[in-house]
Amino acid sequence: MNIGNLPFVVAALLVLFGLYTFLFKRNLIKLVIGITLIETGVNLFLVTLGYRTDGISPIYTFAPEAQKMVLPTPQALTLTSIVIGLATTALLLSFAVFIHRHYGTLDVRKVKELKG
Amino acid sequence: MTALTLHAPVLLIALPLLGAFATPLIGKLGKGARNTFVGLIVLAVAGLASLLAVSVFGAGGVPTVYELGGGTFTFPLSGGQVPIRILFEVDGMSAFMGLITALIALTSAFFSFSYWRERSGGDLYFSLFLLLTAGIFGMVMTGDMFNFFVFLEITSIAAASLVGFRVWRKQSQEAGFKVMAMYTLSGLFVLLAIGLLYGQYGHLNIAALANSLQGSLTDMIALGLLLTGLAMKAGAVPMHMWAPDAYGEAPAPMSAILVANSQASLYGLFRILFTLYGVTVSTGTMGWILIVLALLTIFVGVTMALIQSDLKRLVAFGAVSQIGYMLLGVGVGLAVMATKPEYGLVAMQGGIFHMLNDAACVGLLFFASGAVIRAAGTRDLNQMGGLGHQMKWTSIFFAIGAVALAGVPPFNGFASKFLIYEASFKLSPFLAVIAVLSSIMLLAVFVKAFQAAFLGPRSNASAHVSDPSPGMMVPMAALVLVIIVFGLFPGFFVDHIVTPAAKALWLGRDAYINAVLGG
Repeated sequence: MNIGNLPFVVAALLVLFGLYTFLFKRNLIKLVIGITLIETGVNLFLVTLGYRTDGISPIYTFAPEAQKMVLPTPQALTLTSIVIGLATTALLLSFAVFIHRHYGTLDVRKVKELKG
Repeated sequence: MTALTLHAPVLLIALPLLGAFATPLIGKLGKGARNTFVGLIVLAVAGLASLLAVSVFGAGGVPTVYELGGGTFTFPLSGGQVPIRILFEVDGMSAFMGLITALIALTSAFFSFSYWRERSGGDLYFSLFLLLTAGIFGMVMTGDMFNFFVFLEITSIAAASLVGFRVWRKQSQEAGFKVMAMYTLSGLFVLLAIGLLYGQYGHLNIAALANSLQGSLTDMIALGLLLTGLAMKAGAVPMHMWAPDAYGEAPAPMSAILVANSQASLYGLFRILFTLYGVTVSTGTMGWILIVLALLTIFVGVTMALIQSDLKRLVAFGAVSQIGYMLLGVGVGLAVMATKPEYGLVAMQGGIFHMLNDAACVGLLFFASGAVIRAAGTRDLNQMGGLGHQMKWTSIFFAIGAVALAGVPPFNGFASKFLIYEASFKLSPFLAVIAVLSSIMLLAVFVKAFQAAFLGPRSNASAHVSDPSPGMMVPMAALVLVIIVFGLFPGFFVDHIVTPAAKALWLGRDAYINAVLGG
């Protein structure tokens, strides 16, 4: 099935929604959600880069002759990026937990001991 | 020996990486065993970085390509082969950054052995420290955009964890969250740019990409994303708000290596501007963008430092402002790259030499302020005073670091800042005026801090303090030695290590590409 440029549009929208959330939301958890949205958008973009219409998975063993394959490199990049994203999200959320423990709130307007 | 030199780029990453994961295990044997292990790792890393520097600078800073396993390679590959390989490309600039990282890693590891006296957490602390070191070495050695991103994220995670390491301090948690959020955002910008470049040219290798770059609109978008992401991670104003929090809240020795981490991002920025894009973009425009960022960083950093009353945060803002001087030097070099006048190279030399000098001075200042804060039991300058009576050596070290950073002769900061003033004056006197003025203001900042912390009558609070243990004094003394030697013999170091590094960026684009592609 040919879906054209739709995945790129979705990826761009995800990144934009993520940026909006990151810039305008006041709750730390929502900031993390924003970052995760951007990350998902970038990952979708990378996977889409390597997609070929009607391509099969890029495994040579038992592959039918003369069949188009999707590009393996962007998939490898995306996997790496997902793993890194997991680590960063976990770290961000654990900081949020500690902030809640110390400050009793997740509102960025109230978490500002450090300024100026 | 030749085998060691050959494999140095990958060993510089593999050794600390292995050490990072082995440290918690060795830590089970006890504190002594762990410290010996970490000490041996950083000593080995420093040795390897020096070996690599000797071999690279001995050859005049020409790029050498290393493939994992040390075999020979060809590019493009003959038919049917899969072009996946791990390449490291080391030229003068990479070797130079390796030296900076090794210097800071060595001193901050040994400083930490005495500094980290909390009963628990030491294993994880050194584990994260080695991980950060491995990431920084990876960033400066790699010849591949995606590996650069991976190492960037390794440093991000390790650095943010170190910033928020003291979970019992509420401020450090706040700083940790901020740092991680900004680092992640910058990493995602870089990844998006890498995706854009890969989508167009199908390459991830920096040299291969540089060879095929056309300068299309998509390339410009990618360049904008890379510039934003890396300037954000280097802490350039107006994306600096995480930097003083991070430097201020991390444990003192880790603040020093965070500065090295910021410099590694600057290295990435320079590599992308000079080697990846080079002449395919208008270097004049890009140079002026760097210069504007630089002036903002210098000015805002220094003015914010003036109003701080928290000693660590004051030094942190000083560190932010110094990033501006490196940007200024290299920005002037980039702005005049098309015509290549004499003073362009001087500007590059100044900016790059200042990286090394800044690492030594800021490292020393962070160590000294860590020692002072520990002895005085407070970070507030208003509550300190008279510490100089008991902490003679620390106060002398702090003073040397401060005047060196402010660019007072005969210390090393003067040597590099003078090159920057001279070259930026030739481009536009206005730049040099701002740079000199900010240096004077920086001196005022440190005079204030020195006066508040060390001078004044003996007070009850300062009666029982003393200089820190030799374990902390020796790393500080080592940095003082570096500062004085670089300050007294700047010519030798500029000729032998700074000029090859500057030329590798300024003139070395073709050599960098040819080293991989042949021809």
